[in-house]
Amino acid sequence: MEELIIIIVLIAIGYFFGSYAEAKHYRAIAHWERLLLKLPVVTSKNMLDPDREIEKAALVTGNVVVSIDYFKRFLAILRNLFGGQVKSYESLVDRARREAIIRMKKQAGRRTDIILNLRIETTTIGRNANQDKGIGSIEAIAYGTAVTYRKTDEIHP
Amino acid sequence: MILTNIESVPGKKIVEHFGIVSGSTVRAKHVGRDFMAGLKNIVGGELKGYTELLHDSRQQATDRMIEQARELGANAIINVRFATSSVAQGASELYVYGTAVRVE
Repeated sequence: MEELIIIIVLIAIGYFFGSYAEAKHYRAIAHWERLLLKLPVVTSKNMLDPDREIEKAALVTGNVVVSIDYFKRFLAILRNLFGGQVKSYESLVDRARREAIIRMKKQAGRRTDIILNLRIETTTIGRNANQDKGIGSIEAIAYGTAVTYRKTDEIHP
Repeated sequence: MILTNIESVPGKKIVEHFGIVSGSTVRAKHVGRDFMAGLKNIVGGELKGYTELLHDSRQQATDRMIEQARELGANAIINVRFATSSVAQGASELYVYGTAVRVE
């Protein structure tokens, strides 16, 4: 009986704080995506302007570990009984990947003109993660090659 | 040392290839961090401790790869790839590999 109460309390905490944290995180993601919209990121390798001289090329990475809350984990366990789309996990991986791309763009900095060959990898981590309850926390890493063109107005001011 | 994950270094010409270079590290989390992460698992959200840990470990693996490339006389590594695998409970291996080259 006591165990059941503890589980219910944890699920309630997970529901209230988890939905609040997720909404806040999505607002932050939307804000940063707007700010960084001008920096193009492509999965192609040959998208460079052949007429412009290249100043710098460097590897940029961004990573984040995001965990799911108790309530959503509970929902996913229920969903396992019937099968079908697991929405609670979709938002988890979506948040992780978008946040990783934002961090990569932040690392590239303002002077970068384009990021080539974007790659995203996702792995499950954590001791709590791979136990019987399924995925608990995931890591997303995004990396690519940041290319900066030589600015002509800097040579002839 | 220039690192890229495409087949060339944009704006530079490759003059010599040295073959594959790699770096890896196996890391485990410490108990305090694991405990905090356990608490954070209830409400969800970013696990900052883990993010930093994995970032630092990947940096170390990259440094090892760069060291290896430098010994060969290379000044750039192209086609860099990252891989992660969990080797034991609570420990994960971070592996970085690429091709060492010399550019003009």
